[in-house]
This record gives sequence, structure tokens and C-alpha cells, in this order.
Amino acid sequence: MTISQPDDRGHFGPYGGRFVPEVLMAPLEEIEAAYAAARCDEGFQAELRDLMESYAGRPTPLYYAKRLSETLGGARIYIKREDLLHTGAHKINNCLGQALLARRMGKRRIIAETGAGQHGVATATVCALFGMECVVYMGEEDMRRQRLNVFRMRLLGANVVGVTNGSRTLKDAISEAMRDWVTNVETTHYLLGSALGAHPYPLMVRDFHSVIGTEARRQILERENRLPDAIFACVGGGSNAIGIFHPFVPDETVRLIGVEAGGRGPKLGDHAARFSGGSPGVLHGAYSYLLQDDDGQVSLTHSISAGLDYALVGPEHAWLHDQGRAEYVSVTDKEALEAAQLLSRTEGIIPALESSHAVAEAIRRAPSAKGEVYIINLSGRGDKDMDIYRENLKDLDEVDTDLRAF
Amino acid sequence: MKSTRISGLFERLRSEGRTGLIAYLTAGDPAPERTPSLVAALERGGADLIELGVPFSDPIADGPVIQRGVERALKAGTTLASVLEIAAEIRRRSEIPLVLFTYLNPVLKYGFEALARDAAAKGIDGCLLTDLSVEEAGRYVEMTRAQGLDTVFLAAPTSTPERLKLVAQYSSGFVYMVSRTGVTGEREKVSSSAQPLINSMRAITNLPLALGFGISRPEHAAELSGKVEAIVVGSAIVRIIEQNADSPSLETCLEAFARELRNAL
Repeated sequence: MTISQPDDRGHFGPYGGRFVPEVLMAPLEEIEAAYAAARCDEGFQAELRDLMESYAGRPTPLYYAKRLSETLGGARIYIKREDLLHTGAHKINNCLGQALLARRMGKRRIIAETGAGQHGVATATVCALFGMECVVYMGEEDMRRQRLNVFRMRLLGANVVGVTNGSRTLKDAISEAMRDWVTNVETTHYLLGSALGAHPYPLMVRDFHSVIGTEARRQILERENRLPDAIFACVGGGSNAIGIFHPFVPDETVRLIGVEAGGRGPKLGDHAARFSGGSPGVLHGAYSYLLQDDDGQVSLTHSISAGLDYALVGPEHAWLHDQGRAEYVSVTDKEALEAAQLLSRTEGIIPALESSHAVAEAIRRAPSAKGEVYIINLSGRGDKDMDIYRENLKDLDEVDTDLRAF
Repeated sequence: MKSTRISGLFERLRSEGRTGLIAYLTAGDPAPERTPSLVAALERGGADLIELGVPFSDPIADGPVIQRGVERALKAGTTLASVLEIAAEIRRRSEIPLVLFTYLNPVLKYGFEALARDAAAKGIDGCLLTDLSVEEAGRYVEMTRAQGLDTVFLAAPTSTPERLKLVAQYSSGFVYMVSRTGVTGEREKVSSSAQPLINSMRAITNLPLALGFGISRPEHAAELSGKVEAIVVGSAIVRIIEQNADSPSLETCLEAFARELRNAL
């Protein structure tokens, strides 16, 4: 069996660890200790479970996508409906967990980074719920791409700070959040939103999301009386993917397939496919596969989906990759858009652009997988992406809708 | 342990009864060919040690002034390899101690062993890797010390007593004391968290202590004189470089600023 627990310094094999300026080392030790205590505190776990159910809407359904499966004519495809959670994506799982932890540590000010805005919205939501101050850092390019989410965060009472450095995307938002944290570390909890960063973040974020895989495993056994053959999840930092993968890691017959952003193509700077285009390096506290140039400078990345547009992959994914336990592929912007349309029209489910990448890979493989059972982790819904869908699917926008209806 | 330019400097400072001046600048800002003459100007003004900053795309510990310096240096094509060439150029004319101040990733790409070898050959005396925690530093320290280079680590106001011990244990040459929580940048006053940190560190180690972060004015230098073995000034220098990059008097301005600080110590 693959060992995927990190060691006591947060290493998944050679990956992970804690690579931050000394100012942040003691605060990370404090979070580690608080989390270790919370992990075995039945009161903490019970409160989290209750919020997950009564507030976030867990468990989410495992839905058999009959029309999509029949259209493709191969695998039986199930969809894990994280898109039905409160705030529209899986991100709320981790935010509830970390907000409870922040309260336990006596921190009343929460900061976060966001790419697509889903983590920012989920953070703003839990801060409203717990009456905490909330500051969200977001690259200006992402603010443009995800205007609606910026407004949602503000409506929830959060202060959204635009980041104008570098590529003005997720990477720069994380850098700016880390600078805030370094400055206000006594009063502030950094609510990191992906399975990234210095130990214990990758472990903690994975644990809070592993409810996805635990539910899916139970649900598929109920529905099919067997384990699935393959699980598909998109991988930016990799939080939804590690959440659904983790409980299946010991089930060696289950193929775990992570889907990265292939963007416009394989040239460095045009994509966020860290496994095919990157090499191990350190960014924002963790050692993992990184898109970088020959001088060790972090590369710019591109994806149509802001949530996958990041240069480093979460360290546990790097370990699962090197162990051969999970497989990582990439899907282009165009393929993701096509997949989103097919899912919308066959099932009436409009996926987030991030999740569309996972859908696309399942669509690619399903026709030649007759008799197999697939699960796609649909990490988020597409409401936030309407502007991007419209920009990229102009022919739909130009059709006269009245004529079309008849 | 054999004497290095850094240990030699701190011995000299002690015998002269003086607090040293450490000047940081981002190598390659505004262009790689300019750095040697900027360093020479700082040395003429009285800088005792130079921290050569290696530009990195994601400088999470730096405030806006140094971030902009880093952007200028990267735009001018500066790499870790070219910073080593800059060091060699400085070393042709000067014996001033040089410490490479860098983020970890460019060093990982270059290789710990290759960097230690090449840095020593080019005349670098020590290295400080901002985001390399002591917990992860075993192999780096071993390989860097093997080439006779000093390994400088950061101590911070948030560091626990246990962590301060580790920092002292892994450091050689001197310990870099971060005066306050936060990123690099000029401040009105020396942080009140500096003195307690100095006191805690004194109880643990005999290594020289250099205090940085926020120290930017002659009055700060005067206040700290005699309290630490050296002060580090960075953003104030990078700001002068930014404001006078195109001026023929940049070197004169830097020399004058270094002299003001030195005279206040």
C-alpha cells in the first residue's frame, strides 16, 4: 500500500515540507499543534460535522449521469455533486474547518487568497458566519475574469484587495496574502484554500476535503456494490482532487486521474501542466512540481479557468505521481469548453470551468471503457463562469433565442 | 574554524569598538553591469559588508521597494549565475565581505553543491536563504560550509527559544536578526520588538548579531550603535537606486547615504 501520510515535518516522500521565512515558522508550529489537538477533539469534529450537514449541505449526492453515459456509449459515469454545496463549490469544506480552528486559536482576523473566487467566497461566507474580519487577496486579472465573485465577497462583508504584481493571478495573490500574514501574524489566521503551502496546510486541507472521497466511496458501494474503476478530478493546487482521492488511495484497483490545465498548448507560459512541463522546486512554502525556467524563476501560467492557473501542484499529488498511484494528464481550454457544453446539454448541469477539465478527460476515455464505472468529482458549478463561457462561445450568444425555441 | 572575511570583519569591528554597516542591494538593479560600481560607492561611504540580493520572481518576504528593485533586475536579465559574475567583478577590486541573499528556488535549480563551489570561487563569503528553514537546511549547511562559506540564518521576534537555539546552531559568521514581523521596508522607528530579541539571542550565542528590517535612517543607526555588532540597511538603499537610476550622480548619492549611516554608528 502506498503510504500517503506526511511525516512529522510534513513530507510526502521528498515533497512538501516547510519553506518559509523564519517569522512564519513559529506560527506554523502553532497551527500544527492546534490542528493536531482539534483532529482528535470529538467536540471540534462534531461541530464541524454539524456545520457540514446543516449549513454546507453535506452529504452531496453521487448522481448517475445516464444521458451522458449513454451518449458516450462506454463507462457508467457517476458525478459527485460538490457543485451543489453552499457557495457553489467544494471550497466550503476546508473553510469551515479552518475557521473553527482559527476560532480555537483565538484569531479573529482571517486572510485568504483566491483565484477563481470560489475560495474567497467560501472564506467570506464562513467569516460572516463566525463574525470574523475577512480580507481576500485576488489578482486583478482574476478580478476581471470573475467579477461576480468579487461582488459576492463584498456583499458578504469581505474586503477584497486587488493584487497588481506580476501576472496578477493566483500566484501573486498568495504572495500578497503571505506578506500580510508575515506582518499581522499575531492576530491573523491565513486561511489557505488549496492543498498547498507549508506544513501543516497540505495535510489539513486534505483532511477537511477527504469527506468528499469518504462519501463517494460509501455511495458507490451502495449504488454499484463495487468500487469504481477510475476517479477524475481537476488539479490546480489540488484540494478537490486530494479530497476525493485520499480515501481511495488504499484501493489499488481504483485509478486516480488528476487533470491539469493544458491551456493554449504545451509551450511554457501557455498552460499550468506542472507534471508534464515542470520540475521539482519550491514556491510559497512547499517543495513540489513547479513550472519554472532554467534559472529557477517561476513561470507565468495560463488557463481559461482561474482556479487551475497556478505554477505549483500540491505536494501530496507530487508524491502520488512519483509512486505511480495517481496519473496526471492535461486538458486544453478548448476541450474543457466542449466538455462543459456536453455536460450541460446531456445532464442539465453547467460545470465550473475548473471541473470541466475533469469532465473532459472522462469524456475522452469513457467510449472505450464499456463495463467500467467512473466517478467525476464535479468540484464547482458554472454560475461564476458565465462571462467566460459567453466570451468563448460567441455563436451561442448570437443565435436568436426566440427562433431557436421553436 | 578557519577565519573568513566575515569573521575577520567582526573581529576588526570588535577591536575598533564600532558597530558595522551592512548594505543590501539587489544585484542587477538597474542593470547587472551597474552593480560593481554601486557596491564600490557604498564601500567608499563606509559599508563594511555587502548583501547581494539575487532577484526572484516571487519575493514573499519583501516590501514594495525591493519588489520593484527585483523586477528591474529580472527585466535586465539578471540570474543567479550573473550575480556570481557580478561578485567576481567586485572581488577583482575589493576585499569587502559579500553575502549572497537569496530565495531558495534559484539555488535549488543551480544545486547546493554547485553554488557553494562557484560562489566560493567567485569570492562570495556567505549565503542567506530567506525561505530555507533550519529544519530543511542540513544538506545545504554541510555543502556550503565544506567550501569555506558562512551560512547565515534569520532569527525573528516570533521565534521560540527552541527555534533561536537552532538558528544559532546552524548559523556561522553572524546571525541576521529580523527586527519586527513583516516584510522588508523603511520605517519611522526601530521596532520595540528588536531589543527583546537581541537579549534572547545574546543568552544563546556568542555569534555577532546583525539587525535588519525597517532600519533606514541615520538616527536608527545612532540608536542601535553598540547594541548589535552590525545593522543592515536595504530598502532605503534600493529606493535611492530607484530614484537616481538614470542620474550620473547615483554613485555619489549612495556614497553620501552610506557615510551618513556610518557616521551615526
